[in-house]
Amino acid sequence: MKKIYVNEERCLGCHLCEYYCAFANGSEPEFYKAFRLGRNAVPRIKVEDGNGINFAVQCRHCDDPQCMKNCIAGAISKVDGVVKIDHEKCVGCYTCVLSCPYGCVVADGGHSASKCELCTANGGTPACVKNCINGAIVFEERGETA
Amino acid sequence: MPVNYFPAEFEVIRNYDKCISCRACERQCANEVHYYDADFGKMLARENRCVDCQRCVCICPTGALKIRPNENAFRKSANYTQPLMTEAYRQAGTGSVLLSSMGTPKDYPVYWDKILLNASQVTNPPIDPLREPMETRVFLGKKPTKMKFDKNGELDTTLEPSLTLNVPIMFSAMSYGSISKNAHESLARAAEELGTFYNTGEGGLHKDFYKYGANTIVQVASGRFGVHKDYLNAGAAIEIKMGQGAKPGIGGHLPGEKIKEDVAHTRMIPRGTDAISPAPHHDIYSIEDLRQLIFSVKEATEYKKPVIVKIAAVHNVAAIASGVARSGADIIAIDGFRGGTGAAPTRIRDNVGIPIELALAAVDGRLRHEGIRNEVSIVAAGSIRCSSDAVKAIALGADAVYIATPALLSMGCHLCRSCHTGKCNWGIATQNPELVKRLNPDIAYHRLVNLVTAWNHEIQEIMGGMGINSIEALRGNRLMLRGIGLTEKELQILGILHAGE
Repeated sequence: MKKIYVNEERCLGCHLCEYYCAFANGSEPEFYKAFRLGRNAVPRIKVEDGNGINFAVQCRHCDDPQCMKNCIAGAISKVDGVVKIDHEKCVGCYTCVLSCPYGCVVADGGHSASKCELCTANGGTPACVKNCINGAIVFEERGETA
Repeated sequence: MPVNYFPAEFEVIRNYDKCISCRACERQCANEVHYYDADFGKMLARENRCVDCQRCVCICPTGALKIRPNENAFRKSANYTQPLMTEAYRQAGTGSVLLSSMGTPKDYPVYWDKILLNASQVTNPPIDPLREPMETRVFLGKKPTKMKFDKNGELDTTLEPSLTLNVPIMFSAMSYGSISKNAHESLARAAEELGTFYNTGEGGLHKDFYKYGANTIVQVASGRFGVHKDYLNAGAAIEIKMGQGAKPGIGGHLPGEKIKEDVAHTRMIPRGTDAISPAPHHDIYSIEDLRQLIFSVKEATEYKKPVIVKIAAVHNVAAIASGVARSGADIIAIDGFRGGTGAAPTRIRDNVGIPIELALAAVDGRLRHEGIRNEVSIVAAGSIRCSSDAVKAIALGADAVYIATPALLSMGCHLCRSCHTGKCNWGIATQNPELVKRLNPDIAYHRLVNLVTAWNHEIQEIMGGMGINSIEALRGNRLMLRGIGLTEKELQILGILHAGE
C-alpha cells in the first residue's frame, strides 16, 4: 500500500507540513483563518530538527500497531492498512498516545486522540506531501506489507 | 555605536491579519531577517539584513509577506543617485573594492529589444511546426572546406570533432564552488535529458559527475583549478576560458569560505584558501601561445574533442576572434558584458566590455569577410534572456547560445545579486550544506528541462513563422531582422536594415 515517507536529505525543517496537516484536519476552509481563529487541528506530523538533520515523523501504520493493541475502548482499528481512530468510541484515556513508540498519536484537545490517517478523509494526496516545499515528503508504494 | 550612514535597502511588509507566526520565514532566511518576538507575540524583521531574495515571500503559506524597496530617499539628484551615495558610504566604511554578483543591473541599451523579427506572408508560406518537421539540431565545430575523395573515388566522410546539440541552447560555465553540488547535478541531468551540454566552469569536475561526461564541457581557465588528464578526457569538449563577459580582464575569485572539503578536493587546492584565478593565462601572451595550449589539450585528448575558446566581448573582439579562429580553436564562445557572474568588482561589471549583439555581429561579419567562418562555430553568451533573444542571436550569426541566468532562474534564483555572500537562500550559490539542501535536484533538473523545452518550442514557432524549417537556414540570416529606433551606425554594425526598409 502507499505510505508517507520522508527523505531526511531533502527535509529542510521548515515545519510547514505541520501547518498544512493541522489545516487539512481542521474545520476552517481559509488557511490563515484556521490559525488566526484557532480552527486548526493538532498536527499529526511533527518535524524533529536540529544538528543538521531534519525529519518529519508521522504514523507508520505499523504491522502490529501498539496503539491499537493498547486501546481500552476498541476505538482503534486497521482499515485497508490504515490505522484509524473512531472518535465516537474514543474515551480520551490517551493510552495510545503513551504507547506509540514513534510519538505519532496526538492528544487533540477534544477529549479524543488523533493520528495521521493518510488524509483518507480529506481526499487524495496527503496534505503534507502535496505542500512540502522541497519534495521531501512522498506518498508512494514501496512494497511493504500493509 | 557608529552612525549608520545608509538605511536598509528593502522594507519587509507583513500583513499581520494573515501572518500565523509559523516562523517558516525565520527558519528559511539565511540572513536572519525574520524573528519572533515573544513579548509582542508576533513576527518582526531586521530589515537592514534583507537582500530581497524573495525566499520568504515564496514560501509563506498565507501570502502575508511583501518585500519592496525602502521608500526612504536621500535628497534627489540625477547625478549623485542614491546607489552611488550608498556605495561611497560603504567604501568609506570598509576601504574595499565593491563586489557584486550576476549581470549588471544598469540601464544600458539592450539591442535584442531594438531588433524585430520577420514572418512570412502570401508569397512564401509559414510552416506549422506542430504538423511539419522543424529541425533545431546543431553541430558545433569546424566544417569541411572542400570535398575529399580517397583513391577509389569514395567521398571522405571523416569530420573534425564536433558537438551535436538537439537544441541550439547550452548551459554556460558555472563552477562547482560558485554554485552548489545540487545545482551542478541539476544542470548535468538536464543537459543529458535535453541532448545538450552544461559547462563545469573553472572549478573542476566533481567525481560524482564524471558519469555525465558525454554532456559535459570541461573548462580550463587561468587558475587551472581541477585540471588533469582524466578531467580533460571526461568531457565532450574542452573550453579554454580567456575571459568572462561580466569581468573582462580579470580572473575569477572564489572566497575561502566557499572552499569546503569537496570543493577543495575537486579544485585540487587546500581547504579554506581563496581560489584566485590570475587575470591572464600566464602561458598565453599571443595567439601563438593560445595555439600551443589548444594543441596541448588536443594532444592530451588524442584530437577527439573539439576545443572551445571563450572570450569576453571587448572593443576589438572581431580581430581577437579572427586570431582565435586561426589558432586552431573549433568553437568560439563570445560573452557579452551583460552576462552574469558569481562575484565581480562592481565597477568592472558595470563598465567594462561591450554588448553581445554588437560583438556577435562584428565577429560573424569579420570571419565571413575573411573567409574563415566555416573554420569555427560561434556560441553567443551574456544575457540571452529568452527564446526570441536566442533566435535573434542565431540570425545575427551564432551557431548556438549559452544560457546561465535563465537556468538559475528556473532553479529558483530571484536575482538578488548576493551570490558573493555565499548565503544563497535558494541553495544555488552556496556551499552551506543546510542551504544546499534547499535545491532538490529532482525538482530543479525537471524545471531546467521544462525551460529549454519551452524555448525550443518557441524557437520552432518563430522559425515556422519565417517559413524556415531548419535552424541552419536561420543562422546568419540577417534579412530576418530589422532594427527599430537604431542609428545608422548601429544598423551598420549589426548588419541589418531598419524597420520599413
